[in-house]
Amino acid sequence: MDVLYFAWVRERIGQPKDRIETQAATVRDLVEELRAREDRYAAAFSDLSALRVAIDQELSDFDAPLSGAREVAFFPPMTGG
Amino acid sequence: MQEEPFDFGQEAADFAARQAGMGAVVTFSGIVRDLEGGGLQAMEIEHYPGMTEKAIAQIAEQAAARWHTGDILVIHRHGALAPGEMIMMVATAAPHRADAFQAAEFLMDFLKSRAPFWKKEVTRDSTGWVAAKDADEDALARW
Repeated sequence: MDVLYFAWVRERIGQPKDRIETQAATVRDLVEELRAREDRYAAAFSDLSALRVAIDQELSDFDAPLSGAREVAFFPPMTGG
Repeated sequence: MQEEPFDFGQEAADFAARQAGMGAVVTFSGIVRDLEGGGLQAMEIEHYPGMTEKAIAQIAEQAAARWHTGDILVIHRHGALAPGEMIMMVATAAPHRADAFQAAEFLMDFLKSRAPFWKKEVTRDSTGWVAAKDADEDALARW
């Protein structure tokens, strides 16, 4: 699974992408796995209310199941326009 | 989606010329606003290639389903922009102006907080990500 990071999430983690093998059932489970990796991940994921998630390029939520997902992205609230 | 500048007048004129049977065209453009007192060197716009295009298309499809519109145009830039540069534009066409205005407002409200863009302000001394405003999220509730 590709895990992508944007904006300050990308900066805090220090890279735009990870390719990982995971059995995580939900986005929240995946976040727990990432937090356990290193301090920079724990810092980026310290406050989930400040984050948004997309599964396969569709906005989703942290309780969403990951079965079959190929790409999960984490980013702050969007500021377009 | 594009990094290079666009010609707002030309885009608006070309768009209007394609709208046979329409009586109204509404355009909006967003420009890079300098900080109060100046000092903004650049606004860097990051996006999520792939998802951005999908999200914009979905928002435009929702607008087209809800109002009686002709074509809808959205141009959005990414990369480093200077104060005063145009970031993006939308154009909507409709037989009558109310649909064109409403569709344009709907597009802007949703592009602001449902399309994956992030803005970073760069000054000589610092850089900082622009925080989303509660008002932008609240604006979606009226639709």
